[in-house]
Amino acid sequence: MKVLMFGWEFPPHNSGGLGTACYGITKALSEKGVEINFVLPRNYGIEENFLNVIHTKLPKIKMREIDSLLVAYMNSMSYKKMFLSLEDKKNTENYCGDLLQEVHRYAQVAKEIAQDVEHDIIHSHDWMTFPSGIEAKNQSRKPLVSHVHSTEDDRSGGQGANPHVFEIEKSGIKEADKVLAVSNFTRNKIIDNYDIENGKIDVIYNAVNKVDFDDVCLSRRLNFGKNKIVLFLGRLTLHKGPDYFLKAAKKALDKNRNIIFIISGSGDMDSQIIEQAADLGIADKVLFTGFLRGEDLKKIYKMADLYVMPSISEPFGITSLEAMASGTPVLISKQSGVSEILNHCLRVDFWDIDEMANKILSVVDYNELRTCLADNGLSEIDKFTWNKAADEIIKVYNTLVISKKRINI
Amino acid sequence: MPSICFYFQVHQPYRIKKYSVFDIGQDHRYFDDDNLNEKGNRAVLEKVAQKCYIPTTKILLDLVHRHPEFKISFSFSGTVLEQLEKYSPEALSLFQILVKTGNVEILDETYYHSLSFFYSDEEFIKQVKMHREKIEDLFDYQPRVFRNTELAYNNELAVLVEKMGYSGIVAEGWEHYLNERSPNFLYRPKGTNRIKLLLKNYKLSDDVAFRFSNKGWKEYPLDASKFSQWINSINGSGDTINLFMDYETFGEHQWEDSGIFDFLKALPEEILKHPDNIFKTPSEVISSYDFVGELDIHNVLTWADTERDLSAWTGNSMQKSSLKKLYELEDDVTSSDDDLIKEDWRRLQTSDHFYYMCTKWFSDGDVHKYFSPYESPYEAFISFVNVLNDFRFRLDKIKSN
Repeated sequence: MKVLMFGWEFPPHNSGGLGTACYGITKALSEKGVEINFVLPRNYGIEENFLNVIHTKLPKIKMREIDSLLVAYMNSMSYKKMFLSLEDKKNTENYCGDLLQEVHRYAQVAKEIAQDVEHDIIHSHDWMTFPSGIEAKNQSRKPLVSHVHSTEDDRSGGQGANPHVFEIEKSGIKEADKVLAVSNFTRNKIIDNYDIENGKIDVIYNAVNKVDFDDVCLSRRLNFGKNKIVLFLGRLTLHKGPDYFLKAAKKALDKNRNIIFIISGSGDMDSQIIEQAADLGIADKVLFTGFLRGEDLKKIYKMADLYVMPSISEPFGITSLEAMASGTPVLISKQSGVSEILNHCLRVDFWDIDEMANKILSVVDYNELRTCLADNGLSEIDKFTWNKAADEIIKVYNTLVISKKRINI
Repeated sequence: MPSICFYFQVHQPYRIKKYSVFDIGQDHRYFDDDNLNEKGNRAVLEKVAQKCYIPTTKILLDLVHRHPEFKISFSFSGTVLEQLEKYSPEALSLFQILVKTGNVEILDETYYHSLSFFYSDEEFIKQVKMHREKIEDLFDYQPRVFRNTELAYNNELAVLVEKMGYSGIVAEGWEHYLNERSPNFLYRPKGTNRIKLLLKNYKLSDDVAFRFSNKGWKEYPLDASKFSQWINSINGSGDTINLFMDYETFGEHQWEDSGIFDFLKALPEEILKHPDNIFKTPSEVISSYDFVGELDIHNVLTWADTERDLSAWTGNSMQKSSLKKLYELEDDVTSSDDDLIKEDWRRLQTSDHFYYMCTKWFSDGDVHKYFSPYESPYEAFISFVNVLNDFRFRLDKIKSN
C-alpha cells in the first residue's frame, strides 16, 4: 500500500503537536508495511540536513520538500510578519507574500507530485495541506483522507475565525472520502461547523512514545529549594489559555508562596503574558523559558510537579500525554480531546480559576495525590500508542483500496 | 434440610460536598452537599427510598403476611437511619412495621459504617454501642448477631465480638479460606469458644445481586423457580444457605424493569414448594445448628471485588494517608467536649469516603464509578483532605482554648 501524504511540519522542526503526530503516525505506519511519500513545504533557516536525519530514522518514508515559507500554526498576520522580517536577509522573490496564496502554490506543486509519485491513497494533515490533497486527488483520482488535527474554530479561540481558512477546511472535509478527527471533541466540531454527515468521520486518538521521555537525566537541575513547580507548556496564544493559567497562579500564590510557575513556549501573546504577570504582582514567581525542544523539553516536563493544560479549545493535547510519560501529574481543561480518554488526571473548566487554583494547591500540598496521579498516569498511557493509532488508520485505508492492496493487521 | 437465611444491608453515607482549599477555615458544613446536585445526600436518599426502600419493604410486608414462615434479617447503618428520619419518614415507618411482625431480625454494626475495628478498639466499641442504642430507640430491638462494615472480618474481630456478648457473626464464604469445605455450615472462628460464624453463599447471593439483569450471563433470565431449584440442589450438603446482599439490589442496582420485584414476590412460594426448605434468621440458624469445624482467617476478608480484601478502601496512598490522618485525631476528638466535633469526625470515618478514592479502576472500575458522587478518585481525595484540614483547624482552636 502506497500513501502520498501531505504535511506541514515534522520534528525536529515542528512548533506543536501536529509535527509530533505526523512523526508518530508515519513511523508506525511504515513499520506495518505502508509505503509513505511524505511531502513537506520547505522549512526556512534549516541548519542541518533535515531530510537525511529523517531518512535514517524512518527508512521507509521518502521525504520531499517544496520551496515554501509555510510553518505550522500561522495565520495571515503572522505570516506577513515573518515574511517581512525575512526580506532583509534572504532573497524572497520565490515566495508569495500571502499565506493563502502560499497554500495554493503548495497545492499546485502537489498536483505535479501526484503525477510523478505512485500512490493508492492521499492523506492530508490539516487545512494548509487540504488544497494539496484535493489537487492530488483531481490528478490521480485516488481516495483522499483528510486528517483534522485542529479546526479554525479552535485556533481562533472562538473569536474571529478567518473565513478563507474556514472555507479551505470545509472543502478539504467535503472532498475527502474519509475524515479523521483526533477526538470526539473535534469530530463534533466538524459536524457542527461543516455540516457533514456523521459516518464519514472516524476518530483516531493521538498517542505518545513513552520511552522518549523516561530516560531523561536531571543532572543540572536548577535549585528551586522547597518550591514546587507548576508548568504551562504550549504556544502563547489565546486558545491555549495562558492568561487563565496566570490568574489561577495568582490565586494559588495568595495561599502558598512556595510555588514557581513556569511558562514554556512562545506566540503572539508573549508580551501580553509577561505584562500580565507583572500586573498581577507575581512576576517573581513566574519564569519564562521561551520555546523548548529536545532534551530541554523533556527536562522541563520531568522537573515539574504538575503540568497544567488550560486550553480554551484543545482538539487533542499531546503535551498532556508527554507530561504523563515523564511521570508528571496533569491538570487538563475539560474543553480538550484528551480529556475523553484519560482517567488518571485532574480536570477543570478552563474558565474556572478558583477550581484550577484549588487543584494546583492540592497537588502541591498533598504528596499522596501527586504520587497516585503520577504512578497511575504512567501506567495509563501504555494504552495510547502510535502502533494502535496506525492500526486504526490502516483499517480506514483498507476500506478505501482494492483488496489486493490491503494490509492485514 | 437446609434453611434459607436472608440478610439485607441498608446503608447510605453522608457524602462530603465538593470542598475546596479555599473553603478551609471558612466553611465547616461538610455534609451540606447541595453542590453535588443529584448525587447529594438528600437527593440520593429520596431517590433510593422511592426506587427501593419503599416498594421493596411493601413487597416484604405482603410476603410475610402471605407466608408466616418467611423470615429475613437486616442491618441498618446509623447514617442511613438518621437520613431516613430526616428525608423519608415513610420508608422508616415501613421498616418499623416490618420489624414488628416478628419475622425480622436486626443485626448490629458500627453506627458510622466505619472500618474503625482496624484502627481503634475503643472507637469500634463506642460505635457499636451507639448503633445498639439507635436500634433500640427506633425498633425496640436488641441484636444478637454482628456484621462488620463491608463484611470485613478476621479472627481478632470474632474474638472481640464474642467478648462483647454476641452469639454470631457473618463473613464472606470465600473458598480461599474454606479448603474445600462448604460455606453452607456454621464454623467456629479460631480463638473463640462459642460464637458462630455464618458464611455468605456468594455464588447464589451474587446471582441475584450482581448478575440478575446481565443479559450476557448464560443463566439469564433468572426466575424464582430456577433459583429455587439451585437451592434445592444443595439439600443434604448443607445446614444453611446464607443469602447476603445490599438491600438496594431491589429496584436500585437491579432496576424494576429487570423483573427483580416479580422475582422477589415469587421467591418464597417457590422455595417453600420443597418440603425440606425452611426460612431462618441468623439467630435461629445459630440456635438450630452446631458448628462443624474451626475457621482460621488471619488476613482481612471482605465481600468486595475479586480480591475479597480491603484494597478498595486502603489500597492506594491517598486512602492510606487519609485514614491515618483521620484516626491520629482520635485522642484530641474524644477528649474534647464538643459534640459536633465528635459527630463530624465519626461521619468522616464512613467507609464510602475511602471507596470513592479507589483507583483500581480497570478490573472493578464500573462498580466504583457508579457509586461515586465525584468525577474521579482524585477529586474525592481533594475534598476529603481539604475537609480534614479544616477539621484539624477547628480541633486546634478548641485545644488552645
